[in-house]
Amino acid sequence: MEIRSREYPARSREAGDVRDSVTGATLSFDARRRAAYAGVAADEWRRWAEGVKTHLLTHLDRYLEEAEARLEANGARVHWASSQEDVHGILSGIIERRGARRAVKGKSMLSEELEVNELLERRGVEVLETDLGEYILQLLKQPPSHIVGPAIHLSLDEIRRLYHETHGMALDASPDELAAVSRVILRDAFLAADLGITGGNFLVAETGTVALIENEGNIRLTTSAPPVHVALVGIEKLLPRWSDLAVFLQLTSRAATGQPVGNYVSMIQGPRTAEERDGPEEVHVVLVDNGRSDVLADPDAWEALRCVRCGACLNACPVYRQTGGHAYGAVYSGPIGSVLNPGLAGLHAAMPLPFASSLCGACEEACPVGIPIPELLLSWRRRAVESGMDSGAKAALLKTWTAVAARPGLYAAAGDVLHALPGPVRRVPLPVVGGWREVRADPEPSPASFRKLWREGIE
Amino acid sequence: MRASLFVTCLGDHFYADAAASAVRLLRKLGVEVDFPEAQTCCGQPAFNAGRDAEARRMAAHTLAVFRESDYVVLPSGSCATMLRRFYAHLFEDGDERDKQVADLAGRTFELAEFLVRVLGVTELGRGLEGRRIAYHHGCHALRELGIREEPLSLLANAGADVVAWDAAEECCGFGGLFSVSFPRVSAGMADRKLDALAEAGGADFVTSGDCGCLLQLSGRVRRRGQDLAVRHLADVLWEAAGGDS
Repeated sequence: MEIRSREYPARSREAGDVRDSVTGATLSFDARRRAAYAGVAADEWRRWAEGVKTHLLTHLDRYLEEAEARLEANGARVHWASSQEDVHGILSGIIERRGARRAVKGKSMLSEELEVNELLERRGVEVLETDLGEYILQLLKQPPSHIVGPAIHLSLDEIRRLYHETHGMALDASPDELAAVSRVILRDAFLAADLGITGGNFLVAETGTVALIENEGNIRLTTSAPPVHVALVGIEKLLPRWSDLAVFLQLTSRAATGQPVGNYVSMIQGPRTAEERDGPEEVHVVLVDNGRSDVLADPDAWEALRCVRCGACLNACPVYRQTGGHAYGAVYSGPIGSVLNPGLAGLHAAMPLPFASSLCGACEEACPVGIPIPELLLSWRRRAVESGMDSGAKAALLKTWTAVAARPGLYAAAGDVLHALPGPVRRVPLPVVGGWREVRADPEPSPASFRKLWREGIE
Repeated sequence: MRASLFVTCLGDHFYADAAASAVRLLRKLGVEVDFPEAQTCCGQPAFNAGRDAEARRMAAHTLAVFRESDYVVLPSGSCATMLRRFYAHLFEDGDERDKQVADLAGRTFELAEFLVRVLGVTELGRGLEGRRIAYHHGCHALRELGIREEPLSLLANAGADVVAWDAAEECCGFGGLFSVSFPRVSAGMADRKLDALAEAGGADFVTSGDCGCLLQLSGRVRRRGQDLAVRHLADVLWEAAGGDS
C-alpha cells in the first residue's frame, strides 16, 4: 500500500471544491445514523460489540483456525496471505489456472489497500467495479474518498458531465437514468465474468460464513454469477459465533447508512453443491494480514482493529467534512484512517495524519465498537515526538512555552510584556502567528491581564 | 464555601474581564474566591502535541499550586478537562502524584458546571430577557465532562431565547495548535458552524465557556466581516445575574 499522507497539508488547503458535496453527504449519513441509533440501546450495543471484537482479537489464532476448518469443510478454499505480494501471488495462480480474462468486483477497501486492480490489469484481466460509486470512480481513474460512499466527493453535475462524455447521456439526465445505463453495462459484465472478487464485512468462525452487506445487488451478482468467487478478508474481520453476526450486521448497517440492515446481505459458505443449480464452482477465501498482526501486537494501537468499516467516524468528523478523503493520501481516510494507517503503513509514511485532528471526539462518540480514536491519535503523536518526526518551529515553541510556564515569576512577567506591547509590535510574524493570521483576524488581548485586575482588586 | 479560580492562559490574557465577571458572580453566590498567583498553564498544548514530558511538568506544577484548594473553578472547559481527565494519563498508577491527580480531579469544575452541580444554582436572575443567544459547546466540556444542559439551562432560566442550532455540538475548529497547523481546514470548520447559525436565524451573540473556541470564532467572524458578537459565558452569566458587563 503506497500512501501519500505527507501531502495532506497542501491537499487539505486545496480541497475547497469538494467541500459542499462532502459536507452535504456526511451530514446526511450522520443524521441517518443518529436516527437509526435513537431506536436502540446504543450504549449497550456498543459495549457488547466492543467486548465481542476484543475477545475475538485476543483469541484470533484460535478463531482463524476454526474459520479455516469450517470453510474447508464447506468446500471453500482458504489461502493465508501475510502481504500484498502474497495476495498477488494467490490471485495470479487462480487467474492462470482458470484462464480468467474478465473480472467483476464488489466494493472492497481491502482490495484498494492491496492494489488488486493494478495486479489484474498487469495480468491482462479486464476488471470492472460494479458498485455504482466505484464504477464512476473507475471511469474517472480516482480512488474512493470514503469507506462507504466512495464517490461522495462528486456532485451530481460532475457525474452528469462524465456520463455525457463516456455514455453520451444528456447533461440533464436524472440520477435514475444514469443508474439505469450503468445497470445495463454491469448486467452484461456479471454474466461474462470469469472471476468475481469481493471483500468481506465479516467472517464467522463457527460456521465458516463470509457475510457481505450492500444496497445495490451487485455483490450478490459478483459472488454468484461468475464461476469463481474470491473473497479478500482482513484477519480482523472475524466474528466468533453465528449469533454474533445477527447483531453485527444490524449495528454496521445502522452506523453506516442508518438502515436497520442493508438491502442485501449475502452469506457465503462455499461453492455450489451437487444439488444446487446456481452459484460459483469455486470459492476462495483469502485471509489477509498485511500489517494487521503488527498492529495487534501493539498495546497502544490494536484497538483500531475492532473497526467494522462503517464510516460513521468519517461522517461525524468535522475535519473530514472539510476535505473529503483524497486529501489524506491513503486508502483509509478520516479519523479511523489516521489511527490505522500509521500501524499498517508505518508512522513515518502516515505523518502528519495523527496531527490532522482537533481531537473533538465526535468520532469516538459515533463509533459503534468503541474505538477510542482521540486517545489513539494522541499515542501516535507521542510516538512521532519520541522518534523525532515532529520537530521544528512548533516543537521549539512548546518547549519555550513550558520553560516559561514552569516559572510563575517569568510567566507573569511575560504576560505583562504582552499587554505592554503596542498593537503593531504584537504582530511579529512568528511561525504560529502566521498560521493564525492566514485565515483569521488577530486576537485582541484584554486591556489588562486578569492577574493585574486581581491585584488591583475586583469589585 | 471557598474556591480557587484557575484563570488559564487565554483567560488571563484574552478574557480577563470575563474572568473578573466570574469572580463577581461566584462572590455574589456566596463563594469566597482566591487566586493562587503561582498558577500558569495547565499543560494541555504540550499534552495534545504528544509532548508528555512537558505536560507532566506543568501538571506537577498545577497540582502543587492547587493542593490546598477546596474547589478549583475554570472559565474554560478544555483546561478543566485537562485536569480532570488527562492528568491521569501522565502519571503511573500508584505514583504519589497519581493519587494527587485523582484528588484534584474530584475538586475541579468548569464554571457553569460548578454553579449547577456544586452550588445547585439554576436561576441567576432575569438579566438575559429578550436576548437571542447561541451557545457553542466546547468539545471537551461536552464529550469528556458531559456538560450539556448546565449552561443552556442557566441561559434559558435567565430569560434568554437559546437558539436551537444543528451545529451547536460541532467542533469550531480550534484544537490548539491544529488551528495554526491546518489553517484552512480549521477556518472551514468555524465557517460551517457560523453558516449553520445564520441559517438557523442568527443570534444577538454567540457564547461559550471555552476561551480557545471564542478566539477561533471571533477571529473568523471578524475576518469575514460578520456582524456577530462573540462573548465569554462568564460575562453572559454575570449579566444574567444582573451585573454590568
